Parts: sequence; structure tokens; C-alpha cells
Amino acid sequence: MTPGATILLALAVPVAGAVLIALAHRSPNLRETITLATAGLLFLLVASLAPRVADGGRPALTLLEVMPGLALKFAVEPLGMLFALVASGLWIVNSLYSIGYMRGNEEAHQTRFYVCFAGALASTIGIAFSGNLLTLFVFYEALTLITYPLVTHHGTPEAVRAGRVYLGLLVGTSIAFLLVAIVWTWYVAGSIDFAPGGILRGKTSNAMMGVLLALFVFGIGKAAVMPVHRWLPAAMVAPTPVSALLHAVAVVKAGVFSVLKIVVYVFGVDAIAGLKSVDWLPFIAGFTIIAASIIALRSDNLKRRLAYSTVSQLSYVVLAAALLTPLSVIGAALHLAAHAFGKITLFFAAGAIYTAAHKTEVSQLDGIGRRMPWTMGAFAIGALSMIGLPPSAGFISKWYILQGAMASEQWNAVVIIAASTLLNAGYFLPIVYRAFLVAPPASEHHHHGEAPWTMVVALTFTALATVIMFFFPDVPLALARQLAEGR
Amino acid sequence: MIAPHFPVLQVVLPLLAAPIMVLLRSGRVAWVLATVVSWAALGIALSLLAQVADGSVVSYAIGSWPPPWGIEYRIDRVNAFLLVLVSLIASVVVVYSRASVAAEVPREQHYLFYTMYALCLAGLLGIAATGDGFNLFVFLEISSLSSYVLIALGRDRRALMASYQYLIMGTIGATFIVIGVGLLYLMTGTLNLADMASRLPQVTETRSVLAALAFLTVGISLKLALFPLHLWLPNAYAYAPSAVTAFLAATATKVSVYVLLRFYYSVFGESRVFSALPMGEILLVLSLGAMFIASTVAVFQHDLKRMFAYSSVAQIGYITLGVSLDSATGLTAGIVHLFNHALTKGALFLLLGSFALRLGAVKFENIGGIARVMPVTSFGIVLGGLSLIGIPGTVGFVSKWYLVLAAFDRGAWWLALLIVLSSLLALIYVWRFVEAAYFREPDETVAKLKEAPAEMLVPAWLMVGACIYFGLDTGLTVGGASQAAAELLRSGR
Repeated sequence: MTPGATILLALAVPVAGAVLIALAHRSPNLRETITLATAGLLFLLVASLAPRVADGGRPALTLLEVMPGLALKFAVEPLGMLFALVASGLWIVNSLYSIGYMRGNEEAHQTRFYVCFAGALASTIGIAFSGNLLTLFVFYEALTLITYPLVTHHGTPEAVRAGRVYLGLLVGTSIAFLLVAIVWTWYVAGSIDFAPGGILRGKTSNAMMGVLLALFVFGIGKAAVMPVHRWLPAAMVAPTPVSALLHAVAVVKAGVFSVLKIVVYVFGVDAIAGLKSVDWLPFIAGFTIIAASIIALRSDNLKRRLAYSTVSQLSYVVLAAALLTPLSVIGAALHLAAHAFGKITLFFAAGAIYTAAHKTEVSQLDGIGRRMPWTMGAFAIGALSMIGLPPSAGFISKWYILQGAMASEQWNAVVIIAASTLLNAGYFLPIVYRAFLVAPPASEHHHHGEAPWTMVVALTFTALATVIMFFFPDVPLALARQLAEGR
Repeated sequence: MIAPHFPVLQVVLPLLAAPIMVLLRSGRVAWVLATVVSWAALGIALSLLAQVADGSVVSYAIGSWPPPWGIEYRIDRVNAFLLVLVSLIASVVVVYSRASVAAEVPREQHYLFYTMYALCLAGLLGIAATGDGFNLFVFLEISSLSSYVLIALGRDRRALMASYQYLIMGTIGATFIVIGVGLLYLMTGTLNLADMASRLPQVTETRSVLAALAFLTVGISLKLALFPLHLWLPNAYAYAPSAVTAFLAATATKVSVYVLLRFYYSVFGESRVFSALPMGEILLVLSLGAMFIASTVAVFQHDLKRMFAYSSVAQIGYITLGVSLDSATGLTAGIVHLFNHALTKGALFLLLGSFALRLGAVKFENIGGIARVMPVTSFGIVLGGLSLIGIPGTVGFVSKWYLVLAAFDRGAWWLALLIVLSSLLALIYVWRFVEAAYFREPDETVAKLKEAPAEMLVPAWLMVGACIYFGLDTGLTVGGASQAAAELLRSGR
């Protein structure tokens, strides 16, 4: 099979899966088998491209010319490869988890749920493999729209309100800023293709580069840089599998992925390094990291705490990109994967707690680790990764980001990372402490054990992946190095 | 043998079909005739478009009287594009109208409906095809008078009032236009537009020519519902039969935009209108007013047809905004949006017609949860709405892309921001529909509704499909529009 055909299939398989899932709405077992099979097939297709990309190949496909000179175009580069691998791999695990969660909680509209999920994955692959800004934008908007029914899944007034914030912020920023930035880029550079070294060098004044970067960063609302982060906590009203795969992995990573990709392949790291007009970005990212951590520290609701932790962790990637050094770019790419494994584990655990014990607040979790040792064990590993301690993946990415900051003597960034590490410890370790070391309240008579087995398997697996990535970071590291070398 | 007569034939066919319908007095026969002439007009328009695709001009002398003495029909890439649009919309709407009209118009008036429909089509095609100033006015009156009747056929009694309102405003507009044409005739001694254009330079600096430009601008702006001369439009669209709303929204205002372009570029010439006079600035301000004020008003409507009618006023603002930028890109953007908006609004009003068929009045309070019982219609409206917002993959995105590009072309980045910001207002009113149709619980009336019949859904979804198709493959639309823009700019030199 040619690489182009593989790319096309990787887009078509989840779409076809969505159609089949919709057709199989009468038989839940068949429907969920199709979901798992689609996820497995998608991962195989994506993985089959990996060796070629690792060897320096850049599989490409031009689909159709939308406007003169502007085509829907795909080109797989190392960062997109990494993102696609993470998203499609975790979809398999997440599907397994969803089956347990959706059945365990007797959720309604399960067919719509699985259809939208498959559609969301198709959009994510489209973003990951996009070869120019137009393609990125098309799939970016598609991802927002296809996830809207997932956010408003429960159909309650609260869900509808959250949906408004979600859509208003994501579509609003993307049309008001991102679209303008893309047309502007096309106007000044005469191209919107992603190219190593960037396409804007020498095309516009330094001051305009700064404005353009601002339009991109705030136009990509999915990266959740403050003040356009509000949609993410709002989206927590969705069922937990949605929060886990979409609002910890696919959607938010699509945001920081886009920012990183635009910094590397549109601006060019060397082209804007040291420019006065872009040195505001580390501060905005740093502010987001600290402010979101403080909000997380004060949130008793577990999912809300995780959401603000995500906002904070996403800005690590933005900060790393903004440091504009090769080492920090490696760190940014690695953090994309590391945070994905860690955060999906945490959300899986939160969903398992909700399903088994119907608990949503941190203050209710006293002693729960005794009843749900697997879940809370996995939670502890995820928490380590968030803080950035070995033996977890979060350590590696943070290590590279810190190295980049020190090598380029950007001490502000070092201070921010150090402070946020403390804050992360401050809001995750108490949960672990409560779960294992505080005695359960005497008034509690509700006897429960672990959540359904598919959920436990899923969260154990992602926790393991977090540890495995610490010991064997070879594949992500190789891809990240290529990215940093500007290939 | 018959092909040389194509430029006039497409106008003559519906014009002749109309009296036959009156004589036969049968709704069913009238529908068949209307369908046949609409599709014939479409075929002719396509063949004309193919003929002029290479940049040539087809000139047809009526009665073999050579221009400039006789009436000339003159087809170039600008109006060939428009002829295809108008006849395409007419062909789709006429198929749809059978079921819709059966429900909304009293039986004994059916033949009258199709008679007026054919006359309106003849008028619109005539305006587009003719190269003669007075002939243009005649066809403008034919299309206007027939559309007053069509609007008045709406089952709501307020349709009469709306029609009357439109009649007053439309007549003022038409009078202004005929005064403008008369002044030009006075100064140049010719009614042939091309001839007029070649003689105008000798009398350019006179006050009469300026007055002619002013009268024409105001008169045409009334017809195309340029803000703030749009007051007739919301009521007319809201109370007319559904098929009429879709047809007029997609064609009538668009043809008026064409007339404006024709006079500005081909008769007066671009430099006279935009460089010597501040027409560009005036249009720009009014367009921005339309985009923001009409969209804001749309957000607060209770009736969906009125809401999308106000949205039309706003969208016309985008078209005139493109024109006001006075550049090849701006003009391309305006013409592309003319086509794209016709498809989008046509689709939306046809789909609203399905609701009207089942519900009567289409108000927000009546449509709670309607997506459960009419999913096909509802989802079509969502897709059309996405096109209004300008989501990529729809025609609305293509329009927006070129408008923003044209703004950058002029160095007006603030205008680029205003364009995208105003489109976010569309997000608000489209999402009002989504929340009402998808998230509210259906009441007893809604719960008993059935999906609209296929003969209405298929034409409507053809238009929805076109909104998507031309959003992904713009070779025909952007290609046609940029050629038309180039032609207009060239003719103005």
C-alpha cells in the first residue's frame, strides 16, 4: 500500500466506523465490537507509517484543490506522527473503558456517543496529518463541532449552557483570530504549507510577526491559554470517557499540537528566536501554568481539579515552544505524549470512582484506596507524572523543557516550572494521601469494590504506559529529535 | 438552428407560458409548464455559459434590428453566471413548490401562483440578459409586479400588508431607476448600455450624469435591500409562501446586485464611481451597518423566517462590502458570495418550508424538540446555518476567505476583523435554532409531526449538498466569479 493510500485510509476508517456504528444501533454488542475493531485498525494504519517517518520519510497526499492554489493536503511529519500514534492508541483503551462506563452508568444515546467519538478521531487524525494551515483549520473546526454533542450528551440545561461556552469560545476564537491569521499568512507569505524552517522568514516586519503569533495562539482556543481556557472546565459536564480521551488527549492536544506545529513549521524556531515582538508568549504561558494550578488547588470537585490541571499542563507545551530552543521543542513534543498518558489515567480513575462509588468530590475520597486499590494505584502513577517525578513519563518531558530553559538562560521559565511543580504536588498528593492513609468515614455503609473490569484494565494499561515511556522513551524521543532538528 | 436564439429564448419561454397557464386554469398543468420552462431555461443558460467561457460575448439583436437602435441581448461571463444561478434555483424550487404550494395556497389560486412564478422568472432572466437600459426597467417591473402577487398569496393575512409595503418601496425604487435611465438617455441619446458607456465620457462632468448615478444607486439599493433600505424585506420574506421566499431570497436581490454592478462598472466605469466619487466609502459604511445591525436584529427574532430574512439583509451586506472594496479580489469575493449566499439561503428557506408545511407558523416557541420528529429537515438547517457562520467545508467559508483576503489586499486589517466578528453573530442565531430543536422537549403538537415528504426534502437537500460541494470544490464558483470580476473591471476602463 502506498503511503498516500494509508493516509487516506486512516481518515476513512473512523468515518466508515462511524457509519457502521450508526447502522448497528440495535445491537450494543455488535456496535461496541465495531468501535473496538475500528480503533484497532486505525492504530495499525497509523503505526504502519511510523517506521517510514522515523527514517526521515514524509508520506504525503493531496486530496483536492479547494480554492486556486489551496488544497486539502496531508503530510506526515514527526510531530503529527507522534500525536496520531498517541491519539489512535489511546482510542483503543478508551473504547474499552467507555464500554464499562456507559453500561455501568446506564447512559442514554450510546450510539450517538460512539458515532461522535469515531468522528472526533477522524478529525484528530486529519489535524495530525495536515499538510497546510487550511487542512488544519478544516479538521480543527470539524473536531469542535463533532464533540459538541458529546459535551451536551446529557441534554440537561447545565449541559446546554456548557455547550454554549464550549462552542462560543472554540468557534468564536477560531473564526475571529485563527482564520484571520491564516488568511494573513497566505497574503504575506503566498503559501500556507508547513515547511521545515518556516515560511514567514523575511516576509513581514518583526512587529507584525508578534501580532500574527498572538492571533494564532489565541485563535487556537483548544490550547486553552488563558483567557481562552474557560471552555475546558465547562466541557467537564460530559461523560468521563469524553473528558478522558477528548478533553485530556485529542481535543486539547490538537490545540497545543497546532501551536507547536505553527511555531516550528510556519514561523520557524530560528526565524523568531530572540525577537522582541514574541517574548510576551512565555509570560502568558507561565501565567496560565501558575494561575490554573492555583485554581486546581482550590477545587474540591475532582474533574474540575483535573481540568484546571490540564489547562496548566497544556501551557507547559506552549511555554516550551515559546522558549524557542531545540531542547525545549523536544520537551514540548514529549510532553504532548507524556501528559496524554498521565492525564487519561487520572480521568479514567475519576470515572471509575464515579461509577463504583458515585463520588465526585475530593473531600469524599477518604480511604477509597482500600476498596479500589488498582484505581487509586493508577491514580498515584498519573499524579507522579503530572508532578514530573520518576519513574513516570512526565519526568522526561519536564527534564528537556528545563534543560532548554537553562541552556538559553531563560531563568523566568525555570522559576515558573519549579513553582508549578510544587503546586502540582500540592493538589495531587493530598488525594493520594486521603485515598490510602486516611480511614474511611465511619458513617459510610455503601459497599463497593472496583469499577467494571474493562475500566480497571484500561486504567491499569495507561498507568503502565506512563511508566513504560519513562524507561523506553526511544520512539517518541526519536520523533521529537527530528522535529527539533528542523527536518 | 435554434441555438442562435438562445439569449432571448430563455426569457420568451416563461413569458409565453404565463398566458397559457391563465387560459388553461389548471394548477397541475401550470406546474408542469412551469417546471418545463424552468428546466429549459437552465439548459439554455448552461449552454450560454459554455459559449462565453472563453471570454467572447454573445450579442443578439431582437427582431434583427441592429444595436444600438434595436434592443440587444448581450451575454458575457458576468451575466451568463447569473443566468445559470437564477434558472438553477428556479428549477429546484419549482419541483419543491408542488407539495408546498398545495399546503399553503388555496387550490383555486394554484394556476395563478405558477403564472406569476413564470413571469417572475422571465423578468429576472430578462434583467440579466438584456443590454438595453429601458428593457431592463421593463423586466424589472415584470419581476417586481409578479413578486408582489406571489408574496400576497401567503396564507397569513399579514402577507397582504407585506406585499403592499414592498409594492410601495419597490415602486419608488423602480421609479428612481427609470429616472436614472431617462437622464442617461437625455445625455447620451441612447438606451443601449454598451453604447451609453462609450458616449458617457463626453458628458461625464455634467450634473445630470451625477444625478443619474444617484437615482440609480438609490433605486437599485432599494431593490437589493441594502441597509437601511431593506425595510420591505423581512415582512415580505416572513409572510410569503415558503417556495416564494426561497425563490426570491436566492434570486431577486442577487439580480439587483448584478444591475448595480452593471451600471457601476460597465456603464459609468469604475474610475468615475469609485475614484471621483466616494461611492466605495458610502457602500462600505452601509455594508458594515447591514452586517452588524441586521445580524443583531436577527438574534432577537421569534419567527424563524424573519430571523433568516434579517440574516439575508446582513449577508447582502457582505456582497456589497466586497463590491465597495473596488478591487479584483473584492469584486470576486462579492460575486462568489452572491452565488454562495443564494445557495445557502435557498436551502434554508426551502427547509423552513418543511416546518411550515407541518406546523403553520415557524416560531421558536413552536419548534421545541422538532429535531426528534423531523431529523432530516433539522439537520439540513444546521448545515445551512454552519454555512452562514462560515465553517470550513461550506460555501460560506469560501466567501469569508475571499472577503478577508480582499480586506488585507486593501491593507485594512481592521476590516478583516470586523468581517469575522460579524459572522460570529450568525453563530448566535443559528445556535438558538440548535438549542430549540435539539434540546427542548417536544410538546404534544410537535411529538405527532411527521417528516416532510421526499419531493420537498430532495430539492432542499440538493441545495444543502451544493452548499457543501461548492465549499470543497470552488473551481466553478471562484473561477466564474474571478472571470466575471475581471470582465467587469475591464469593461469599466
